[in-house]
Amino acid sequence: MTILDISKISKRFGGLQAVDQISFSVAEGEVVGLIGPNGSGKSTTLSLIMGVVRPDTGSIKFQGHEIAGHATHAIAKRGMAMVFQHSRPLHRQTVLENIKLALLPDTIFQLFTGRQIEEQARNAARRVGLEDVLDQRPDSLPFADLRRLELAKALAADPAILLLDEPFAGLAPSETREFSELIVSMRDAGQAIVLVDHNVKAVSGLVDRIVAMDAGQKIAEGTPEQVTSDEKVREVYFGKSLDTVEKTRERKHRVGEHRLLDVNIESVHYGRAEALRNIQLHVEEGEFVSVVGLNGSGKTTLFNSLLGFVAYQGDIQWDGQSLRGKKPADIATGGIALCPETRELFTHMSVLENLELGGHALDNADRRAQVDRIFELFPRLRERAKQSAFTLSGGEQQMLTIGRALMQKPRLLLLDEPTLGLAPLVIENISDALDKLQQDSGLTVLLAEQNLTFAVQHSNRIYLIETGSLQWNGAADRFSEEVGADIL
Amino acid sequence: MNRTWFDWRTGVVVLAFAATACLPWFVSGYWLGVLTISSYVAVYAMAWDLLFGYGGEVNFGPTFLIGLGAYGAGMSNTFLGWPVWVSIPVGTLAAVIGGLALVGPALRLKGPYFGLVTLVAVLLLSQVINMFAGYTGGEIGLALRDILTISSTGNFYYAFGLMTITALVLRILVRSPLGLILEASGQDTTATEALGFSVTKFKILAFVISAFFSGLAGAMTVFYFGTASPGTVVAVAVTIQIIIATIIGGRRSIIGSILGAVFLIVAGEFLRPVGQLSSTLVAVLALLVLVFAPNGFISVFGARRERKA
Repeated sequence: MTILDISKISKRFGGLQAVDQISFSVAEGEVVGLIGPNGSGKSTTLSLIMGVVRPDTGSIKFQGHEIAGHATHAIAKRGMAMVFQHSRPLHRQTVLENIKLALLPDTIFQLFTGRQIEEQARNAARRVGLEDVLDQRPDSLPFADLRRLELAKALAADPAILLLDEPFAGLAPSETREFSELIVSMRDAGQAIVLVDHNVKAVSGLVDRIVAMDAGQKIAEGTPEQVTSDEKVREVYFGKSLDTVEKTRERKHRVGEHRLLDVNIESVHYGRAEALRNIQLHVEEGEFVSVVGLNGSGKTTLFNSLLGFVAYQGDIQWDGQSLRGKKPADIATGGIALCPETRELFTHMSVLENLELGGHALDNADRRAQVDRIFELFPRLRERAKQSAFTLSGGEQQMLTIGRALMQKPRLLLLDEPTLGLAPLVIENISDALDKLQQDSGLTVLLAEQNLTFAVQHSNRIYLIETGSLQWNGAADRFSEEVGADIL
Repeated sequence: MNRTWFDWRTGVVVLAFAATACLPWFVSGYWLGVLTISSYVAVYAMAWDLLFGYGGEVNFGPTFLIGLGAYGAGMSNTFLGWPVWVSIPVGTLAAVIGGLALVGPALRLKGPYFGLVTLVAVLLLSQVINMFAGYTGGEIGLALRDILTISSTGNFYYAFGLMTITALVLRILVRSPLGLILEASGQDTTATEALGFSVTKFKILAFVISAFFSGLAGAMTVFYFGTASPGTVVAVAVTIQIIIATIIGGRRSIIGSILGAVFLIVAGEFLRPVGQLSSTLVAVLALLVLVFAPNGFISVFGARRERKA
């Protein structure tokens, strides 16, 4: 029997159609995975179901009742529970008290809790394996246990359906395994679940059915096998199918013998979540190296470590000198320039002003010459020189981001997901510019990409990173035969 | 909840209250006066922290509630001739009704806008007091017919008693299921809604309770002074005093609010000889506490292990 029936829900945030006519249903006891790359609208879809965000149009029927547009607490009372990606438990209360919270009735007339609530809370804790830490405070728990705590809170009141938003984010591989087992045990107990994740591999063993999303729309639905072999899904995740990559871009420049960057990171933590572990990576002068992996695998964290934005254990050598303890500004002046995934342009300044700010350290003549070089590389930017950055298209913004980074005259360019959300033709433009750059100036590039096609085309060597660990590394032309098909 | 009700810290607090209650036998009327004012400010601070520390809402208008209590009580005494013990409930009721009228629209707004609305409410109240100077006494203040008592010991016990009762009631409240839901709402509204709680309802309740104690303390304050004037119960300076007291004492701590208020008033008295400089020095002291013990005095006693959110 269907307990959740979603029909053509849509949500627009300003100029962005975040969710576009999404329909799917969940039967009793069924586990449905909602997957898609970053920004595909899967988390928003979950928020729409829970009533955290109101849908613009469409209908959501939960156990026969229309709940679209209802208040979150009213939906929760009907038997829906959600585990959010970021949890903030009450730090001054014990684990048991945190779980009890979830069981309290929604009334202001209560000064004491009943014995029954205590018992139910202990049961919920037992179900997720927290029974030994009931009297501890959340601060003293490892990250995975905090996730369990959120799960216990959601399960405590026996919801008819459970929504899980990225339940594996930030977990180490062993914890991910334990957590998967937990979800399997809930499935075996007949719990209906909707699970959002960007990692298809992590969920395919857990779910009965997958709904794949991209750019707010549903692109595929079916069993895990059907969805992972779906042409469209593979394209969304990796660009064009790997087999059809034509090796048209011959590397013409020579790779030097000088080791520019030598990374040896033991670990990086965000709070108690481990984002990176045992990363060994090096880049020779003049080389084009890619770090590939799905979103959330740790690519951006790696870049942030290189630039000194996050603390890490281990060492990073730049041109023979350790970068440990150096400030981001000094590292940047030392010759590393970043093109962030989020671009971070000065949106209310003109294209020219953005470029000039990038070259603030150069003297006037030098700066003008460098601006000219960038206009040559991206003629489109010359046409738009006087326009505000926010009026540019996505592709033009990406060009400007790269251009601004080049204004620093870096020895190493870090590119974080330059193809994200761009049309194939624009990607082609950027490809050409990168080729030209390397041939003319022998620039060294370290690229973080989810689009494998793009990465394989440009790179000398590739590192594959999965949930914070290196899984493979080698020459780019060996990538598709050795890794290619396994990655989804 | 199942936390022990009587650990050593509770023992220390009870002893401190008992010792303070014996002070009239040992200290001068002047210091009793200082402690009387401290007690009223402590009630303001505790009531404010219920919203800020537990409910997660920054109310820039505690003096709107205090002022309504003060002027409601003062005017019913002066113009209607009602006795003190009728006027005080009238003032308290005025604060609760005013609080309810304010919180409805204010809670529809999120984040800093809630604070702005409450701030505007204070400005509005002081405008009204000035406009109807014939009834309110305007800037100069309203002289009351009666006072609580002329005895400094009596006044001290009224104030200290109110503070003790407020502390007890709020302690029971914040440790009850109700307090748990309120604290969760303050920390993460969305997640708390997702657990099935209509957060607005709990925040309105917190606001009403805060209004009740603020109004009651405001009403009793004017019967202690014998006058109601904007400078003592409505001015923004009073709000700032309440906020500083709560923060340096320790957010989300009832005893912290009391410590902060007593410290602020007593330090102000000690610094009186330096004149104008005194408020600057108090502000610098508060800043130092914020930098070196961001969770306030109370964190120094290890009573609250808490990470900065």
